Parts: sequence; C-alpha cells; structure tokens
Amino acid sequence: MNGLRIYVPGDAAAVAVGADDVAAAIKAAAARSGTPVDIVRNGSRGLHWLEPMVEVATGQGRIAYGPVAVSDAAAVFKALAANGAKHPLRLGNPEDIPYLKNQTRLTFARCGIVDPRSLDDYCAHGGYKGLSRALTMQAVAVVEEVTQSGLRGRGGAGFPTGIKWKTVADTAAEQKYVVCNADEGDSGTFADRMIMEGDPFVLIEGMTIAGIAVGATQGYVYIRSEYPHAIAVLNEAIAAARKRGMLGKSVGGSPHAFDLEVRVGAGAYVCGEETALLDSLEGKRGMVRAKPPLPAHKGLFGKPTVINNVLSLATIPIILEKGGAFYRDFGMGKSRGTMPIQLAGNIKYPGLYETAFGVTLGELVEDIGGGTATGRPVRAVQVGGPLGAYFPCALFNVPFDYEAFAQADGLIGHGGVVVFDDTVDMAKQARFAMEFCAIESCGKCTPCRVGSTRGVEVIDRIIADRDRAANTALLEDLCNTMKFGSLCALGGFTPYPVMSALTHFPEDFGAPPRLAAAE
Amino acid sequence: MPSYVPWDAEAARAIIVGKQAQPGALMPILQALQDEFGSIHREAEPLIADILNLSRAEVHGVVTFYHDFRQQPAGRHVLKLCRAESCQARGSDALAARAAARLGIAFGDTTADGSVTLEPVYCLGLCSVSPAAMLDGKVVARLDGKKLDALLAEADR
Repeated sequence: MNGLRIYVPGDAAAVAVGADDVAAAIKAAAARSGTPVDIVRNGSRGLHWLEPMVEVATGQGRIAYGPVAVSDAAAVFKALAANGAKHPLRLGNPEDIPYLKNQTRLTFARCGIVDPRSLDDYCAHGGYKGLSRALTMQAVAVVEEVTQSGLRGRGGAGFPTGIKWKTVADTAAEQKYVVCNADEGDSGTFADRMIMEGDPFVLIEGMTIAGIAVGATQGYVYIRSEYPHAIAVLNEAIAAARKRGMLGKSVGGSPHAFDLEVRVGAGAYVCGEETALLDSLEGKRGMVRAKPPLPAHKGLFGKPTVINNVLSLATIPIILEKGGAFYRDFGMGKSRGTMPIQLAGNIKYPGLYETAFGVTLGELVEDIGGGTATGRPVRAVQVGGPLGAYFPCALFNVPFDYEAFAQADGLIGHGGVVVFDDTVDMAKQARFAMEFCAIESCGKCTPCRVGSTRGVEVIDRIIADRDRAANTALLEDLCNTMKFGSLCALGGFTPYPVMSALTHFPEDFGAPPRLAAAE
Repeated sequence: MPSYVPWDAEAARAIIVGKQAQPGALMPILQALQDEFGSIHREAEPLIADILNLSRAEVHGVVTFYHDFRQQPAGRHVLKLCRAESCQARGSDALAARAAARLGIAFGDTTADGSVTLEPVYCLGLCSVSPAAMLDGKVVARLDGKKLDALLAEADR
C-alpha cells in the first residue's frame, strides 16, 4: 500500500462518464512502467464538468487532472507519476479551484477526499469526533445541541430536526427506530447519492448519534433501487463499522446499542414521502398515511420513529463535534447552516455546491453555474425537484432560504437546481408535472389520483387551443384543489411547477406575455 | 447481462423462508425472488402469502404497486432512459424518441426477439451529467445520439 496514491472517483456520476475505464487504464499504464500504485476510488469532489477527475497525492498536496478520457490515461499517468507534472488537463490543487474554494463544506467536508471504504481514513479526517462527544453527554443535551444548531429537514419540508428528535425522545416505548430517507427521487438532486458513495461513515455516525439521543437501537436506511452504487458502498461501510464495534451491542465500547440495515426501494417515487416510506419498509404498498399520528409518536411498526433525510443525518456529526452555535452561525433568517445545493440540467458548471443559506438564485445559476451549457440564454430554472416551481430570470434575486422561496411561491426542496435554456416549452413542462404525478400517485387521496390525470387533459386542451380562457381558469381551480386537498406533498406540490409555469410563462399557454413591470 | 434461473418452487420457498423472520420481510423477499428468477412468477404470490400469513391480495397489491417488480420476464437486456426534468433540459426527449424508433417499440415494451426491454426511469441521480441511462445496471451519462446508438448496439448483442 505504499505505492503512488492515485484517486479516481467511484462516484456513479464519474463512473457514468467513464471513471471505471480510466481507473483500469491508469492501472495498466502503471503496470507497464513498473510503478507501484494504490488507486483509491474516492467520492466525487462535486466538480462534475471535470469528471472523471483524477488526483495524485504529492508532497505539496493533491494535484488534479480532468476531465480524463481513457485515451488520455497513459499521458496523464506519466504526469501523475512525475509528482503531478504538467499536462494540458492539469488543474492544480483541486481545493484552489474557485468553484470548490468558495464553498463552505460542512456536510460534505470529506466527500471526494477520503477513501469511502476506509474507516481509518474516516477517523483520520475527523470522523467519529461528534459521536465521541455525544457519548460524554446526556441524551437530552444531544437533542438540545441539534435544536440549537437550527438544522431543518434537508429533505424539503424544513421541519426543525431537534424538535422532531425531542418528540421521539419524550415518547416512552420499548422499541424506537431511526429511519434514514435515502429515497432521493427528485430530478436535479444527487447530494444524498454523493454523500452515501463518498463519505458513508458520516451518515452512519449521524444515525448512531440520533439513536443514542432518542433511545433507538435499530436504524434503517431506505435507499432507492436506482442507486446501486450507493447501496453497495453503504453496505460495505456498515459491515466495517460493525466489525470495529462502532455499530452493534456496545457502540464504541459504550453501554449504547445501535445497529443499522439498508433496505432497498422498488421504484416508487412516492416512497420519498416519509409515511409512504414507512409503509414500504413494513412490506406494504407505499401508501401515504394520514397525520396524526406523527411518525415521532407512531412510526415504523407503530413505534416512535425519527425519520430524517440523508443530508440532515449526515450533518449531525459536525454539529455534535463543533457545537450547535458553530453551525447556527452560518446562514440567514430562519435558515441556519449550509445547504448542499445541486446544480444540474442545462448548466455550464454542474455539480455540488455547499454554501451558507442566503446565496441568490441568480448567483447560483449565472456566476457559479456559468449560465447554460448550450450557450443559449437561461429561460427557466426549476428549484426543488419535480414538485418545485419554475423561476424566470426576473426572480433571480430570490435568496436561497426556506422562507424567501415560499414567499416567491416556490420551495427549495432538496436543493436541486435544474436550468433550462430558451428552447424549453413551459406548457410541456407543466404537462409533464401533472403526468409525473399521475404516474407516481399512490392513489390514496382523490385530489392527487384523479386531479393529476384531469390536469394532463386540461393542459392538453390549452395546448390545442380549445377554449383556452375557460380551461386555464379550470386548471387554476384544479391546482387549488390539489394544493389544499391532497394528503401529501406529491399531489399538494405538483401545482407549484404547473402554476409557476402558467404565471411566469403565460405566452407558452397561448396567453399574452407577462409585462416585465409586473414581475 | 443478468442471468436468471427458471422458476423452481422449492428454491423459491427456501428464499422466502430464509427471509421471513426479518421485520417487513415482503419487499426483501420479492427483490430476492426477482433477482433469482428475473420476475415474480405467478406461483410466487400464493407461496409468499402462505408462508408470511398474508392474503394473496396483499401480496399481489405490493407486487403491482412498485415499478420495479415484473410479472413477466424482461428482455435479455434492460435499457432505462431517464425521462425526468434535468435530462429533459439536455435533450432526453429526442434521445427517447430515437431509442424507441431504432428498437421499433414503445417505452415499457420488449423487442420481438426478446433482446431489449426499453423503460423510462425518473432520475438516476446523474443530473449533473445529463442525459443519463442505465443498461443492465451499468450507468452511462452525457448521452448523445452516437453514445445512445452504441448502447443500443451493445444491447442488441
């Protein structure tokens, strides 16, 4: 293991653009030259336009090259082996690249740096410091620390994590559970996948702390089946943690028991909704439950359950390590800390951008993201997945903040930002939102099950120019019914993309364009 | 290419019994059966219902609820093209039309020779390298017409 240490991301996005082949080609080049190498399949740094981005460890830090194609591998290897020498693809120290340098990486502090399969590497980079501190504290103080941090549910709902934990902690039961919602189905989001593939131990540590804080001894991670790489890495990490006694009957030698199991979804988007997820975990159809009872009172198998998103749980270790006040000092208003924002779609510099709340949508899309990849003007930006609103450039001054987005009739959701250029047809996008809801509706409530199908039909009539004014009014009315009458966010939020498309881009629905002054 | 074994009720029973003790066993059981046999055979439902003490309707309800579970075996290869927003923003609709036209089938169908099943997928989490696809579990991104044709050729083998 004392060879040249080379990093080739094993992150699915890097693999999808050839990282496995590049790793093999570098290994072959090393073998030909007789150089011993140690190829680490790290997570991605999140500079996805540069993937596959290969790095080498040198005395002066890491030196990156990218995007590396198989045809470049031999020449790049020569440069790597020469202590990170010159090559047209040489990027220098990746941490000096402004896109990365300007971020505030708290949740993603280790992603892309460590070997995701090595518990030793995790610990060498500050891992398990949060748990160590938590083990010296009273459970109630751990919950209080999380409350103090101001952390809110990163899955989209934005509910204060500490309050959720306190409810479970205060509910007496023989058995409690911690469930991680890793059913990241929103288009434009990939942060959960990246952290599970790039730094799985941070999620394990976060869930362990949650278990100790609320008195739960068993955890489940519900991962969508579309993420085979994340499933594999997390399973390996759980096995490694268990082997070292960081999971099991006596966590880290403490009197606390906590163990974890990965469960795999089966392609139902609605299972990202927490109560549908719980039903699915119980082996049922993923049907949404009416609330109350809250999962915190009656969750998995009817027991008190903490159910949090991957990013929320992966942020717990740093909060416990550095204290709630440290985390709370980042951000704006009631949105504290940082958000791992995902830049996707038609954007020049796509990737993961973790930053404190408060950055504006325009800064994200234009300054950081560099505008569209096609070079055409930006027309619409969908924030928060398929249930998020479409924003026009006129609203680029909206800051990334739960309340500010709600005020602009949108949501930040899971932090996905999908950019569209001026070739987009917004009536088609609105139709897709309804169609997607119809495909994925669990069918329990009528506004979602029937409303989505009627919504597709009404939009079709508007597109076909049949009685446009009346049908547009009907669509608005239908959206109102879905928004206020649906049981969960699927039916309840589908009106966001539909109504935002209609409001901001009326010309695509055959109506006169909105006046600039009215924005 | 995934390889499956023909339906075998005794082997299926062993899989079901092996997993029945875990809480919420039905999903892991169905996944294990599909991994082994390639689909949920019609004889599997009453077998599971009997062992887990569920009604046959409950088992059938779960099988039909989730997109992943197949009641008929898929083609030798399964090509999933992402149809969600991020990939749409990078031209996936045109790629989807191209794939369907080349294969001569609609989404959800299998070619007559049983070589390829074409399916939509709503997000592979590869939105930063859109458009994306998955062929037999292998992910491919930054797709264009040429790369898609190469995938189709690979699937045709």
